[in-house]
Amino acid sequence: MSISGSETQVSYLEYQGKHKGIWSWLLSTDHKRIGLLYLYAIIIFFFVAAFLGLLMRIELIAPGRTIMEPQTYNGLFTIHGIIMIFVIVIPGLAAVFGNFFLPILIGARDVAFPKLNLFSWYLYMIGAILGVLSQFIGGGAPDTGWTFYVPYSVESSTNVIYALTAAFILGFSSILTGLNFIVTIHRMRAPGMGWMRMPLFPWALYATAWIQVLATPIVGITLLMVIAERVLNIGFFDPALGGDPVLFQHLFWIYSHPAVYIMILPAMGIVTEIFPTFSQKPVFGYGAIVLSSLAIAFVGYFVWGHHMFTSGMSYNARWFFSFLTFIVAVPSAIKVFNWISTMYGGSIDLKPPLLYAISFIFLFMIGGFTGLVLGSLATNVQTHDTAFVMAHFHYIIFGGMGFAFFAAIHYWAPKMFGRMYNFRLAYIAWGFNFIGFNMLYFPLFIVGLQGMPRRAYDYLPQFQSGHVLSTIGSFILFAGLLLMVYNLIRGARKGAVAPANPWKGVTLEWKIPSPPPHENFDDLPEITSKPYLFGNISDNK
Amino acid sequence: MSVHNTHSEHIDSETGKLGMWIFLFTELFLFGGLFLVYAVFRAKYSAEFHLAAGELNAFIGTMNTVFLLFSSMTVAMSLTAIQKGDRKLALFLVFVTILLAGLFMVNKYFEWSHKFEYGIYPGSEVLKNMSHGELLFFGLYYMMTGLHALHVLVGMVLLSINVVKIRSGSVNSDHYLMLENSALYWHLVDLIWIFLFPLLYLIT
Repeated sequence: MSISGSETQVSYLEYQGKHKGIWSWLLSTDHKRIGLLYLYAIIIFFFVAAFLGLLMRIELIAPGRTIMEPQTYNGLFTIHGIIMIFVIVIPGLAAVFGNFFLPILIGARDVAFPKLNLFSWYLYMIGAILGVLSQFIGGGAPDTGWTFYVPYSVESSTNVIYALTAAFILGFSSILTGLNFIVTIHRMRAPGMGWMRMPLFPWALYATAWIQVLATPIVGITLLMVIAERVLNIGFFDPALGGDPVLFQHLFWIYSHPAVYIMILPAMGIVTEIFPTFSQKPVFGYGAIVLSSLAIAFVGYFVWGHHMFTSGMSYNARWFFSFLTFIVAVPSAIKVFNWISTMYGGSIDLKPPLLYAISFIFLFMIGGFTGLVLGSLATNVQTHDTAFVMAHFHYIIFGGMGFAFFAAIHYWAPKMFGRMYNFRLAYIAWGFNFIGFNMLYFPLFIVGLQGMPRRAYDYLPQFQSGHVLSTIGSFILFAGLLLMVYNLIRGARKGAVAPANPWKGVTLEWKIPSPPPHENFDDLPEITSKPYLFGNISDNK
Repeated sequence: MSVHNTHSEHIDSETGKLGMWIFLFTELFLFGGLFLVYAVFRAKYSAEFHLAAGELNAFIGTMNTVFLLFSSMTVAMSLTAIQKGDRKLALFLVFVTILLAGLFMVNKYFEWSHKFEYGIYPGSEVLKNMSHGELLFFGLYYMMTGLHALHVLVGMVLLSINVVKIRSGSVNSDHYLMLENSALYWHLVDLIWIFLFPLLYLIT
C-alpha cells in the first residue's frame, strides 16, 4: 500500500472554506465535520436520556412512591426509550464513526453525496429535538413506551403524535445515511480495493446500510398509519372498527427487530478493527466475518415474530420464528470465535480500546445467551415482559453497542482530534463503567426470573434487594460515564499531541496525519493487498 | 488550500443513478407496508371489499391510468430528446408530462370531493354505520391514493425544476442526470398506480 500522508494540506479542524466560524461547521459537507456534529449531538442527548434513566432507578429503589408519580414514570421510560433507541443507538456508530472513517478506510475523499449527508444531519436534529420536546409541551409526556403499541397509543391523550413524527423523521434520516453509504462503498473505493480487500468496518456498515434502507420504510408507513388512526379515525389497528392490533405488532417488529442489527453490526465491525491492531496480527477468518455480517443482515429480517410469542400466533409461526432466532445466533458466534482467534498468539497490548472491545465480547455473550432463553418457546412464556427482557436488551444494546462505542472513541479519538487522552483515567473510568454496568443490569435478570414485570412503577417487597443493588450500580455507571467523557474532552483539548499512528495500526486511517487533512489524501492510495497485514509478523502470507 | 477539490462539485451519473435506485427501493417498501395491510384485510373481509369497491368510479380510475401511462411515455421520450440534443422537444415533452400529471390530480380532486358529498370520508357518520370491511376499504383507499397523490405532487415539482434547468442549459445533452432521475421517480409513481388501480377499482 502506498503511503499518502500530507504536508501540503491543513487539517480538517483548521480548514476554512466558504463559511466562517460556526457556519463552517453547520454548513460543512465534509464527512469528518458531519461525523463530529453527530458525535456532539449524541453525547448531549445521551446524557439527557441517561439522566432520565437514573431518575427511574432512584424511583425504583423502594416499593411505592419514592420521588415521582406513576404517570411521570410512564413518561420517563417512554422518552428514555425513544431518545436512546431512535436518537442514539440506531444512528450512533454508523452516523459518527461511519461518517468519519468510512471514506478514509476505503481510500476516498468523501461520501458519494456530501450535501445529502448534511441534510441527513439536519433531519436527525429536527427529529431529535421534536422527540425531546414531546416530553414538555401540550398534553404531557407520551406514555406508550418506545414501542407505541396500539390500541393504547391511539387512545392515550398525551403527546404521542409528536413522538411518532419524531421517530418518522429520524427514520428518514437513517434511510438517507444508509443510501449514502451503500453508494459510497459501491462507487468510491480506492483504486485496487476489490470487495475482498475492503476493511471489515466498511463491510459491517455495508450490511447495516442495506437493513436501514430496506427495513426503515416499513416502520415509517406503520407510524404514519398510527398517526392517521389518531387524526382521521381510520381504524387499521382498532378492533372496534374491524382492525387488528396484532397486525401493528407485526409491522412494528418487521422493522424493529432488524433495527437491533442496525445497532449491533457496526459495533461488531468496530471491534473487528480493534482486535488485529492490538494483537499486531491479521484478523482471523476475514471471509467468515464478511459472510457472517451479510448473514446476520439477511436472517435478521425473518425473526421478528419472536417478540410476539405470547401475542397470539399459530403454532407453526411460533416454531418457525424460534428456529430462525437460533439460526441467527450462529453467525454472531462465528464472529466471537474470529475475534478470540485473532487475539490467540498475537502480541496483545491491553490499551483502553482493547479493554473495551474485550468487555464488549463478555457483555455481548451474556446478552446473546439470555436472548436464546427468550427465543425458546417454552422459556419465553415465563420470561416474557419481565425485567429479564429488559436486562437482556440492555446487555445487548448498552453492553454491546454502547461498549463498542466507547471502544471506538478510545481507538479513534487520537485520530479525530489529533491529541491523546489520559490512559490512567481511561482505565479507572472503564472500571467504573464495567462494574457499574453489571451491577445495574445483572440483578434484573434474577428479579425478572422471579416474576418482576418490566416498565412497572411499583413492585412487591421481595424484589427490593435486587432493585437496591441495581440502583447503586446505576450511580457507579453514571459516575464512570462522566469521568470517561471528561477525560476524552480534556484529552481532545489539552492532551499530548498524537502521532499519526499511535497504535501501530495498518488500515488507511493510520497512514494519514492526525487529525486528517481536509481532503483526507493528497493522492488516492493504490491498494495492492488484502487489509490487516502486519509486516513484522511471520504468519502474513 | 488544496488543488484536489473534489468535494461534491460533480456527481457522476452512475453514482447518481445508483442512489436514485436505492431510494426507489425504499419507496417500494413504504407502499409495501400498505399493500401488506391491504392483503390482510382483503383476505379477512373479501365480500365487503367487493361491495365497497363498487362505490368507486372505475371510469375515472381508467382515465387516470391512461394519463399516467402516457405521461410515463412522454417523460421517457423527453430523456431521449435531451440525449439527442433537441432541447425544444425535450422541453415540450416535459411540459406534456406535467400537464398529464395535473389532469390526474384534477380528476382525483373531483373523485374525492364526490365521495365527500356522500359523506364517505374517514371518521364520518356514514362510514361509521357501514360494515367493518367497507370502513377499512375506504380507510385504505384514502391512505393509499392520498400517499400516491402526494408522490404525484412531488414528481410535478421535480419535473418543473427540470423545465427551469433545461431552459437555463444546466440540463443538456451531456449532463442529464437530474432529468433521468426525475424520470425514474416518475415511472415509480406510475408503477405504484398500476397496482393501486386494479386492487381498488377493479375488484367488484
